[in-house]
Amino acid sequence: MNVTRGFTGRPRVHNPGLPPGQYDAREDWPVLSAEVTPDLSPADWSFRVDGLVEHPHTWDWDAAHALPASAYEGDIHCVTGWSKFGVRFGGVSLDAFLSVARPHGSATHALAYSHTGYTTNLPLADLTGGRAWIVWEYDGAPLPPEHGGPARLVVPHLYFWKSAKWIAGITLLDHDEPGFWERNGYHARGNPWEEQRYSGD
Amino acid sequence: MTRFAVPGRIAVGGQTASRWQTATLTEIRRETPRAATFRLAVPGWAGHLPGQHLMLRLTAPDGYAAQRHYSIASAPDPSGHIELTLDRVPDGEVSGWFHTVARPGDTVEVRGPLSGFFAWPGDRPALLLGAGSGVVPLMSMVRHHRARGLTVPLRMLVSARSPEQLIYASELGPETTPVFTRSAPPGVPVGRMAAAHVAPLLADRPEGGWEAYVCGSNAFAEHASRLLIAAGQPVDRIRIERFG
Ligand SMILES: Cc1cc2nc3c(=O)[nH]c(=O)nc-3n(C[C@H](O)[C@H](O)[C@H](O)COP(=O)(O)OP(=O)(O)OC[C@H]3O[C@@H](n4cnc5c(N)ncnc54)[C@H](O)[C@@H]3O)c2cc1C
Repeated sequence: MNVTRGFTGRPRVHNPGLPPGQYDAREDWPVLSAEVTPDLSPADWSFRVDGLVEHPHTWDWDAAHALPASAYEGDIHCVTGWSKFGVRFGGVSLDAFLSVARPHGSATHALAYSHTGYTTNLPLADLTGGRAWIVWEYDGAPLPPEHGGPARLVVPHLYFWKSAKWIAGITLLDHDEPGFWERNGYHARGNPWEEQRYSGD
Repeated sequence: MTRFAVPGRIAVGGQTASRWQTATLTEIRRETPRAATFRLAVPGWAGHLPGQHLMLRLTAPDGYAAQRHYSIASAPDPSGHIELTLDRVPDGEVSGWFHTVARPGDTVEVRGPLSGFFAWPGDRPALLLGAGSGVVPLMSMVRHHRARGLTVPLRMLVSARSPEQLIYASELGPETTPVFTRSAPPGVPVGRMAAAHVAPLLADRPEGGWEAYVCGSNAFAEHASRLLIAAGQPVDRIRIERFG
């Protein structure tokens, strides 16, 4: 251990919900996208599931809203170090979209892409089983544009760069294909509990 | 609607990013009443490109650690040293330690360099827009441009509250236009960065156009990127580093 002379740090909080190396941002919700926030209206928004699926399909705003509503209430963790507790996102479970598109047995990974062209890769297993959502509400109000509105992907058990803002679709693949940050040195999976921040972690 | 995302500028090696290295503080230089530069000896430093950042970790005797990202202020050079410039954040855990406790000889840990996205290898004409400590990674680009005697066009617009708060003031040259939001020297207008600052630079576009780099708070990044788009800068040639 490499102790820093004279560093004591904040009073210790025992918080079992805090992954290693993270701190509680409380009311703050920092914005860290590397791109310009797009001017995207609900009417321009759509979400597509394609690749290794039986029925490639595109939902527009109304069609997506017609799927059964589902909410995520819990914590989110950003690779830059902050975590945010007890957030509330409203939308639709990704399972609802996948049950229409019907992934082939050969599909193992997904590349999620945004209306800006941002991409991020995920194992398909991280997107199924009630662990991923397409959301358009935050705390009961429309999701603000700089946080990914009108709609974003939310995969709360992974670092938040995986939760692509301004989500446009996912392409199912039989291999892993690095997305935007993953090509820029970030970890392929990004599990905060194992502190998978950068490739090699 | 779908565009290509802004591609990364360089590939980033996993090895250097995942290894924590000891860095020894060798010098502290005051820049403004709120900001100071910390020079660190990092013998195993793999080298960086202007615009990249690192992760820095402080560890308490009980093993508690705090880690934050900091942009690299110095240009790449073979000295085995790098420089960081830190704003003093009220009640800041890490910046507070640097501004009140740190002295030459102290050691901290760093890993990096990180992120090839905001990097500028010195190849394309660069238009730099920063505010507050957002000038730090941009200054690395300006210093690199000077140190290598590069001829590729480079211009910087930097926003500060007042001349006293302008980081690197004495180092800024004709490539830079400062914008003061609270108080300015006599004869210099006070106000936010505006279309009038950005438009002339875009009217005077170099061959191949500008690669724009925007750095600062989220509020500044939103404001500056809108100014750039309104002035005709292509959205896929704007790179943004938000300090959160
Ligand atoms: C890519 C990147 C590059 C950056 N580059 C630079 C740079 O070059 N220079 C620079 O100065 N900064 C830079 N930053 C910002 C830097 O990472 C830190 O966020 C900043 O120094 C503040 O850290 P801190 O530990 O001093 O403050 P923190 O302790 O994180 O506090 C920040 C604010 O949050 C509040 N806060 C946070 N946690 C708690 C808590 N548990 N309890 C109470 N209050 C809390 C504090 O009161 C304070 O107002 C960069 C950020 C990023 C993402």
